[in-house]
Amino acid sequence: MGAVSGDILPMSHGAEPPALNLEGLYRDESGRVLATLIRLLGDFDLAEEAMQEAFLAALRHWPHEGLPERPTGWLITTARRKALDQLRRRTWLAARRHTLEHLEALERRGMSDETDEDMHDDALRLIFTCCHPALATEAQVALTLRTVCGLSTEEISHAFLVPVATLAQRLVRAKQKIREAAIPYCVPPREQLPDRLKAVMLVIYLVFNEGYAASSGEARVRQALCAEAIRLGRHLAKLMPHEPEVRALLALMLLHDSRRDARVDLQGDIVLLDDQDRTRWDHRQIQEGLALVESALRARVPPGSYALQAAIAAVHAQAARTSDTDWHQIADLYERLMRITDSPVVKLNHAVAVGMADGPARGLELLNALEARDELGYYHLFPATRADLLYRLERWDDAADAYRQALALTTNEAEQRFLRRRLLEAEARAATPAPGEGDRDACD
Amino acid sequence: MQYMLLIYQSDAEFAKLSDAEKAAISPEYGKFARTTSQSGHLKGGNELKGPSSATTLRVRNDESVVTDGPFAETKEQLVGYFVIETKDLDEALSIAARIPSARFGAIEVRPIVPR
Repeated sequence: MGAVSGDILPMSHGAEPPALNLEGLYRDESGRVLATLIRLLGDFDLAEEAMQEAFLAALRHWPHEGLPERPTGWLITTARRKALDQLRRRTWLAARRHTLEHLEALERRGMSDETDEDMHDDALRLIFTCCHPALATEAQVALTLRTVCGLSTEEISHAFLVPVATLAQRLVRAKQKIREAAIPYCVPPREQLPDRLKAVMLVIYLVFNEGYAASSGEARVRQALCAEAIRLGRHLAKLMPHEPEVRALLALMLLHDSRRDARVDLQGDIVLLDDQDRTRWDHRQIQEGLALVESALRARVPPGSYALQAAIAAVHAQAARTSDTDWHQIADLYERLMRITDSPVVKLNHAVAVGMADGPARGLELLNALEARDELGYYHLFPATRADLLYRLERWDDAADAYRQALALTTNEAEQRFLRRRLLEAEARAATPAPGEGDRDACD
Repeated sequence: MQYMLLIYQSDAEFAKLSDAEKAAISPEYGKFARTTSQSGHLKGGNELKGPSSATTLRVRNDESVVTDGPFAETKEQLVGYFVIETKDLDEALSIAARIPSARFGAIEVRPIVPR
């Protein structure tokens, strides 16, 4: 998974033959080529096979003949002819006869390259088909990464820590379901678009979170997954420039990802937002994210959940120091978010924000109320948050208890190390009460 | 493409409906059948008697083994089905969404193997 580069093939200078960067070419173009081929051939597997052959042909021809004027068009046309050959060899396949006739007709008409508009529509069709709700979410994720992003089965299985065989089977089943249930290759009609777009954005966000959430283990693989999600987000934002939530999703990912270097220390431990060295944030990425949030919030529709989350991330990003953070604004944004989502995490974060804006006692009050209504469920960040608020209230014994609870619920190693460190601190403070410090509120 | 729409619902969920809602279901089914057959989508369908009337048969070693009741005991029972013809799954889903039982039960949309 190399870096994304704008130019596929370095232009040749003088007599030097151009160095063919097939990997880069594949990464950048395979999704677009595949999207159009699936429409032309009506079959994921046939399209993939034909595309592989076309890329091999490019590898053979381009170094001598030079880069064609429209590389993507060349690849599609070549793949189409490869598929035609394939189908001619397999004419006994009655089910393919229709496709064969279609391709022969195209060939007879001397069909030129696909137009940019066709390819734009195909790219959208591919995303919406891969993220069709009739497929299981994990299948949507796998299929999107495989076909839209061009990741290999090995790369995806590695990133999601599932055996290659399991992932390969997941892909086979997904493609089978598309074929057998006749999931259409199309962009959904306007009335279904909001729901279907939500599903697409969820897949992108799941990919991002998979990369962002776990800091332990294969940091490089995880980071690549975040980069891939951002790439997908950019792709979708370009394809659907009039959807503010799509821009907001991209902004949210960019703003979170801008902290990647500062949020993990040399030991691989999590560094909390408060303690991060903010000079190590990616400020260029923050600027891009901020501009996107602003444009999403300016849209004439009420902000959706991605826009509000991105706005929260933007408030953090704009504070040069932790103490500059506008917690009142963040608390307010979480409150608006609570009105449109029913997530225990959002409620928890709202309590945290209020704890920062109006003092830990007020945050603890909200947390207790949520607990009383049983709205937080079995979620390990709940006791961890409670522990933090109690710690700030200098209720050392209660804080230590809560840290122990949180530890029992956490499986992530880096998080465990962090909780254990705080537990030791709380225990030490509990053992040596300073005069004048006790159970009182420590509002800041 | 032909699909079978298998209609599942549970007694418990049905019992939660108000009398007015219950009374509206039958005419709504009638309307569904009328409109989908006028549009050419509906190919057939039936309401089924309850699972207590079902008998399950297996042939093992040339011997018929007959048991009382449905094949699988589930809270949601199969109460009927439609067969429809549509161009793809999305169209089938949009028709399935109009079946009254979809609101308190579930519709399984199964492609039929073409002959």
